Amino acid sequence: MALDRWLALVILLICLAYSYTAYFTMDALLPPIMKSSPIWPSSFPKVLAIGGILLSLSILLGLEKTPGKKDAADINLARLGEYKVGQAVVLLALMVAYALLLRPLGFLASTFLFLTCGSFILGERRYLVMIAIAAVAAGTVWYLVDEVLGIFLSPFPSFLNGG
Amino acid sequence: MLEGLLTGLATAFTFKNILMVVGGCLIGTFIGMLPGLGPMSIIAIMIPIAITIGDPSAALILLAGVYYGAVFGGSTSSILINAPGVASTVATSFDGYPLARKGQAGKALTVAAIASFAGGTIGAVLLMVFAPALASVALLFHSSEYFALMVVGLSAIAAFAGTGQVGKALLMTFLGLMMATVGEGVLFNAPRFTMGIMDLQSGFGFITLAMAMFALPEAIFLVLDPRRSKTGDAGEGEKITNLRITRDETRRIVPVIGRQSIQGFFIGVLPGAGATIASFLGYAVERNIASKEEREQFGKGSVKGIAAPESANNAACTGSFVPLLTLGIPGSGTTAILLGALIALNVSPGPRLMVDEPQIFWAVIISMYLGNVVLLVLNLPLIPYIAKVLAVPRNYLIPFILFFTLMGAYIGQNNATELLILVGFGICATLFRFADYPLAPLLIGFILGPLLENNFSRAMQLYNGVDFIWERPMTLGLMVLAVILIVLPGYRSRRAIARAEGVADGS
Repeated sequence: MALDRWLALVILLICLAYSYTAYFTMDALLPPIMKSSPIWPSSFPKVLAIGGILLSLSILLGLEKTPGKKDAADINLARLGEYKVGQAVVLLALMVAYALLLRPLGFLASTFLFLTCGSFILGERRYLVMIAIAAVAAGTVWYLVDEVLGIFLSPFPSFLNGG
Repeated sequence: MLEGLLTGLATAFTFKNILMVVGGCLIGTFIGMLPGLGPMSIIAIMIPIAITIGDPSAALILLAGVYYGAVFGGSTSSILINAPGVASTVATSFDGYPLARKGQAGKALTVAAIASFAGGTIGAVLLMVFAPALASVALLFHSSEYFALMVVGLSAIAAFAGTGQVGKALLMTFLGLMMATVGEGVLFNAPRFTMGIMDLQSGFGFITLAMAMFALPEAIFLVLDPRRSKTGDAGEGEKITNLRITRDETRRIVPVIGRQSIQGFFIGVLPGAGATIASFLGYAVERNIASKEEREQFGKGSVKGIAAPESANNAACTGSFVPLLTLGIPGSGTTAILLGALIALNVSPGPRLMVDEPQIFWAVIISMYLGNVVLLVLNLPLIPYIAKVLAVPRNYLIPFILFFTLMGAYIGQNNATELLILVGFGICATLFRFADYPLAPLLIGFILGPLLENNFSRAMQLYNGVDFIWERPMTLGLMVLAVILIVLPGYRSRRAIARAEGVADGS
């Protein structure tokens, strides 16, 4: 089964869970006074749920004929073997790590680490250049966002800020 | 109109707002040139900054400047390194890149800048004429017509997604609408579909979603396929030396610019069509009506081939502001993000905008003129310097693109969970891109979702049910139009496939 139909299956499952909530569990929490209103919090989701189920089924069952991919230059699953999947996965993991470390380590340290590790993963080996660029960038962005624009960004590790 | 124009002039011509236009255009050009960061991502990154400005006119002027700058930056990278930053500048690379290869990159850039300037300016004039007229009609609309109008807009966006993709685009729209129902809505003071997760109480952040749908997949593709990012090797062969164009070339591009600015504007007004279709269509039309010798030049570095898509895409960008400003309905991903920004700034775009807050409406129009002037007189001479950014090696560029994507979702919300949601959705969006699911309908559905539900609910309350669909002729007409928009492409592609099979069978 092609990827688009697998995705349609996943969306179908999401739609089924969504419609179960909309049709069966949501209205139980409705205060009695709302029940006389023609519109309930679940009304619109109920319409959406039906549409979502029908559309994902139509793609899952292949009712719509899709033309073959014409643009060879565009990203294509058939060429997955040639792609640097490993690098992409590691970089995504790095983004997750950044999200988790942003608070505990503070903006400056985590951004510095993110940019250095990012270049390293992509194959850069000029360590001094990497470190200098990352340090300057982290400092500049923090200064621009926090000081110039006035959007608060906690710069230092959380234990230095008293939690 | 004159009064409005003066209000707009008074608002736009303050030192602060001129600074916003200049700054916005420069930032837009700079980032728009980078692969992977199109206008949508740049605007999304700039929104928290625009919100801190506080003044809606200034913020909108900044964002409009960024938008123009980004489109211009996209053309620059298509001409210089054949790597269009945005889909709407792909057509520019057909002739821009060959001309640059001939050592005339400066000329290509000048033609692109003049065409963009003219397209944007003519577009702004047309916007000034059509938007007030449309808004005065729209003032007669009730919630049921608004609901129907949004349905038409969403259907048109799905219908333009491409042959054989209408179903997928519609499914994405529904997914976006469903995601919009998560969290505590304005209509009912009760959380919906939060699964008990506190972070979902306020729903998904639209900036996070915009970054996840557009910026992150593009960045992942840059990592996956090194050939996609052509940066780092620029600036060797294609030195930008002479920015001048000859009188003969000017004479040849003037009619092209005139025609394509008008055509592009009207294509831009249509929801879902937008700058990409306008630029390709503009290119095709000009090639078809050109003389035989000139037609052979297309694809080899014809100035007409640069002028046509450039004037068309800029006029279309301006045209896409018409439904946004007059109806509050975005016709493209970019204007959907702008709508999100407006809502965040407590401005509700729609026909009342021109009546209630004319200074915002007119300041945006004036800033469009200003933006175009800035692009021509400031950005064009600076291009040789700005283009240096294209020489940044990929190993440094990609971490920065990823970092800006993260920052876009983080600043303004200060919530690290948003970043995890970003990565999660970004992976999903990448899979969707691999499977040819269009992503703009999802985002537009997500941003229009609350408005659609609001108008739907109000109409339901007023008519005590769904009777409003057939009791109001205009609503019914619009709903029929929406159905036709959805059914027609499917019917036509089915017929085309059947005919092709018939030919193959020899029958």
